[in-house]
Amino acid sequence: MRSSSSKHLRLWQALLFIGFISLWYVATSPTLLPPIYFDDPHKAAFFFGEPLKVFQRTWDWFASGSIYAHLWVTLLETLLAFVIGTACGLAMGLWLALSPTASALFDPYIKALNSMPRVILAPIFAVWFGLDIASKVALGVTLVFFIVFFNVYQGVREVSFTVVANARILGASDRQLLRHVYVPSAMSWVFASLHNSVGLAFVGAVVGEYLGSSRGVGYLILQAEGTFDINAVFAGILVLTAFALLLDWGVTLAERRLLVWQPRGGETEKM
Amino acid sequence: MSAAVPALALDAVTVTFVSPDGSRYTAVQHATLRVQPGEFVSVVGPTGCGKSTLLNVAVGLLQPSGGQVSVFGTPLAGLNPKAGYLFQTEALMPWRTARANVAAGLEFRGVERGDAGARADEWLQRVGLRGFGGRYPHQLSGGMRKRVSLAQTLILDPQIILMDEPFSALDIQTRQLMENQLLELWSANRKSVLFITHDLEEAISLSDRVVVLSAGPQSHPIGDFTIDLPRPRDVAEIRLTPRFIELHRLIWHAMRDEVLKSYAQQLQ
Repeated sequence: MRSSSSKHLRLWQALLFIGFISLWYVATSPTLLPPIYFDDPHKAAFFFGEPLKVFQRTWDWFASGSIYAHLWVTLLETLLAFVIGTACGLAMGLWLALSPTASALFDPYIKALNSMPRVILAPIFAVWFGLDIASKVALGVTLVFFIVFFNVYQGVREVSFTVVANARILGASDRQLLRHVYVPSAMSWVFASLHNSVGLAFVGAVVGEYLGSSRGVGYLILQAEGTFDINAVFAGILVLTAFALLLDWGVTLAERRLLVWQPRGGETEKM
Repeated sequence: MSAAVPALALDAVTVTFVSPDGSRYTAVQHATLRVQPGEFVSVVGPTGCGKSTLLNVAVGLLQPSGGQVSVFGTPLAGLNPKAGYLFQTEALMPWRTARANVAAGLEFRGVERGDAGARADEWLQRVGLRGFGGRYPHQLSGGMRKRVSLAQTLILDPQIILMDEPFSALDIQTRQLMENQLLELWSANRKSVLFITHDLEEAISLSDRVVVLSAGPQSHPIGDFTIDLPRPRDVAEIRLTPRFIELHRLIWHAMRDEVLKSYAQQLQ
């Protein structure tokens, strides 16, 4: 019953996809339909691309292997931005959460920086760090940092008073308290925001590439746009989407391994 | 016994809390309490009478506003290094397995991890949790978590064990099992125990001495009863003996007015 209904769901999802692609194909194919909106029969294909050509282009990229270098660069930027952003957010979050004075001092600036539309920093980073991967990583870091920072801050603030007191009575020094109580507690919040932060690291990398670069999937899209090659633009978007889904799936796997100690729904009671 | 240096001495301890709006609340006023080495003392009193406050002062989590705390004759500054503390609420680290939780205190004190783990396994077995070492706290029942907490505290072999209504969240059968287990562990290696409870029956069946606190605020001891029941005891059976009932009547008589006072305050 349950499995058959989920089978039905999959079937409908597949049909929806096929329907969408068919509609796209029919509406953009130059000769299939008489021109309704555009006077020139090729104009629809020019603006919206043609699905078969998009798939063909994607296939060509993978078949020739030319895409891998670009994907690798984008992946590297994403990972670096994620790791550096998380490390900085973790350190800063722990510091501010454990030091009320520092927290009070920095509070307005943190708020201001967080409200600022940080994507606008991309051109500045390009000037500072050049057109290579460093400027993209910097942009990703500014996006990831705040997510992790706020989660860690919250995580440390919400550690149960009893758990902290108990650890101290068991003999934990301040350092041990940090390592064995505050960091694990904060990490659970970091992992909870893993999907968000990896996603934003990816956004930072792609947007950075799009605004000026010589490598990466964002660069491919930028190039294609420069020559009005709409099919290549869509092919780039397709690759990015698939890549983002893969990343997200990887995060889900990592999460399952790292958070074994947390109760899952239905498995246990919660106190 | 009275000539010996008490394991724990609270002398004229007063605790006054000041809230952010400036109002004051004196939870404990001029409380004097002594626990001799190897003695099991329970403190009973109506809810909100400052029992937990006394315990937090004894362990050093709270600084008394007045009076003094001494541990084996030495004035206490900071956390009490000779004390173990069993909390009323959940105190286990949820990201550590039962074994790692029990071993935590040893690790904090610099014991090598493998050694600490082996000794933790021993203690888990002693509290009846053999084979549960790999479980996380959320995978254990309330009673099992209490056992882990007990092992976590006792593995450090503290000279003074402080307990804050440790079994109050458990059902009655689990509770009696835990009480018997506690008595067994305690009698094998007698340490000083200060046990806080609101349950008079629990207090009498476990203790050598029961101290009654008055209703808060400004609560202080108003009665001190020696429990001369023979050991070893079974907490379920001892409740049926005539001497137990006699002691219960005696202490309840002293407590009743305070309980009613506290109840009346809550209604206000």
